[in-house]
Amino acid sequence: MKSLGNIRRSFAPWADPDSKPFISFRNITKKFGDFTAVDNLTLDIYHREFFALLGASGCGKSTLLRMLAGFERPTSGEIILDGQDIAGIPPYRRPVNMMFQSYALFPHMTVESNIGFGLRQDGMPKAEIAERVKQMLKLVKLEQFAKRKPQQLSGGQRQRVALARSLAKRPKVLLLDEPLGALDKKLREETQFELMDLQQELGLTFVVVTHDQEEAMTMADRIAVMSHGKVIQVATPAEIYEAPNSRFVADFIGDVNILEGKVKAAGNGRVEIAGEDFTVRALGDTQLAMGASAGFAIRPEKLKISRTAPADATINASEGEIWDIAYLGDMTVFHVRLPSGKVVKTSMLNAQREVENPIGYDEKVWVSFAETGGVVLKD
Amino acid sequence: MTKLGSRIFSRLVIIVPYAWLLFFFLIPFVIVFRISLSTTAIAQPPYEPVFRLADGLAGIIDNIRQLSFDNFVWLTEDALYINAYLSSLKIAGISTFLTLLIAYPIAYGMAQAPRTWRPTLLMLVILPFWTSFLIRVYAWIAILKPEGLLNQLLISAGLINEPLIILNTNWAIYIGIVYSYLPFMILPIYSALEKMDHSLIEAAEDLGCPPISAFWKVTFPLSLAGVVAGCMLVFIPAVGEFVIPDLLGGSQTLMIGKTLWTEFNANRDWPVSAAVATVLLLILVVPIVFFQNMQAKAEERGK
Repeated sequence: MKSLGNIRRSFAPWADPDSKPFISFRNITKKFGDFTAVDNLTLDIYHREFFALLGASGCGKSTLLRMLAGFERPTSGEIILDGQDIAGIPPYRRPVNMMFQSYALFPHMTVESNIGFGLRQDGMPKAEIAERVKQMLKLVKLEQFAKRKPQQLSGGQRQRVALARSLAKRPKVLLLDEPLGALDKKLREETQFELMDLQQELGLTFVVVTHDQEEAMTMADRIAVMSHGKVIQVATPAEIYEAPNSRFVADFIGDVNILEGKVKAAGNGRVEIAGEDFTVRALGDTQLAMGASAGFAIRPEKLKISRTAPADATINASEGEIWDIAYLGDMTVFHVRLPSGKVVKTSMLNAQREVENPIGYDEKVWVSFAETGGVVLKD
Repeated sequence: MTKLGSRIFSRLVIIVPYAWLLFFFLIPFVIVFRISLSTTAIAQPPYEPVFRLADGLAGIIDNIRQLSFDNFVWLTEDALYINAYLSSLKIAGISTFLTLLIAYPIAYGMAQAPRTWRPTLLMLVILPFWTSFLIRVYAWIAILKPEGLLNQLLISAGLINEPLIILNTNWAIYIGIVYSYLPFMILPIYSALEKMDHSLIEAAEDLGCPPISAFWKVTFPLSLAGVVAGCMLVFIPAVGEFVIPDLLGGSQTLMIGKTLWTEFNANRDWPVSAAVATVLLLILVVPIVFFQNMQAKAEERGK
């Protein structure tokens, strides 16, 4: 069986027509004065899903999250949570909790009372609160810091307190606003995996807002790529990466080469695009009109460079010249200048420590790719 | 050379505040304290002993022997002084509380206002300082007197038939102090509230706290530093206030500032008035130092 990328867990309620979404945004629009932050957006999120809203700042992802938390009211449309329209419910009565980007820990309370704050609001008996707080401290491995104040903790520890506090009430949905934004790279990577394990363990629905595509790719079951208040594509990380539905998504996620050209032939499940450097023959939409301009998006690691010409040098291949080489340790990136002057990026995994007769600057090479290597994008 | 120069400069910068306190607080206080240990005399200056370099060392030692704490003992013997102190503390306490009640909502409103409005609002709070303090207190006489603006307004509105007697009562003093010291309360509270991260309130609401309860559990405790600073800025000068009780208060109003004035100007008893001033300073400074120590210790414990 072929699949786009390695599967992390067999969990795909969105593919099952019988499963009901847990959270539904239906035709949600949010305006701030003249500015439309969220534009007639419809989106379903499923129970136990780790869902990421990804986009540049100002794309409306945070506004969407804040509407789910209850801090903003949609201008129009409805938000259904577990079968209930929550539009009129104030934040303090919603069964969702949020982990804030700034953590928003109460500086006048100890770690313990921060975590127990929500439970005290619910009027839970004291002994039970103490028990739950202990549990939460253990979960985030901060037992010995219970009596400290937030300002006496490191950034990573604060992040954990914020997480424990937002989980203490066992919300139906946990909202995370740029949860790892303030951490340094190494800690961020560790914490990503911890968050994933935690979500699996607790069986909760997580909705995370992030501008960091790597973070979204690592953690999420599905990603919604947003731009200007609209969802451009909702799909699994592998689909987003391997089968972007638009130039925007292809360009936003990871590195990509887009080879431009005109449709020359279409049929048999394949499309031929004639470009300046390449004649591309790839799997794709055969409904494309002849002569229409189209692009072919291909990731750097799917472009192959070699000193000798491939067997069929007329299709999916071009000559070029090494323009730049960047050695990154795990891989090497080559910038290859094609005859038209266009520079494409190719990358090669450094599987061996030593390379015999390595490709050098200004060398003439061939760039080629397989017909399954990329996707055809309409204009 | 420049390095040495900058070192001297940095030393000087540190010295300036200490020098200021030395010359304008500590030395005057020592002089006042020394006068409080003297006895009255019909002379110039009106107390003795007077230290003179011409007396030589023996004369100075002899003079020091003459100093005594009799004036402080005298303060405890006459109920007038104790009552004046207690009444001052009470009036200052009530005024401070009333000022807080009025200032907090104003400061809160200012901190909630759109960012672009805030400088204007701050200006408006400080604006009364541009007219003389004395003139503003006199203006209150015109407002509060039986035939004054307030009574005319209330009578013409049909709310009262007889004019309210406010002037020359403690109420007039409360009004005067609250009005005059309001900015000193608003500014520190505003600065505490303005610094606060709004997401803290959202976090409280997110965790199940309705807005009013979020105010008491998050906003108010976090503004306490501003509240304490504001209360001190109002309470301390209000205890020793002289102009407001003198102009707005009645003859029966007992405040230590007025007592001091009488001792100093009417009775020309410098040593007793110096003792009154010394005790007033101790009454204010000792609890404040104690309070600050407690606060520092609490912070230390937190760490």
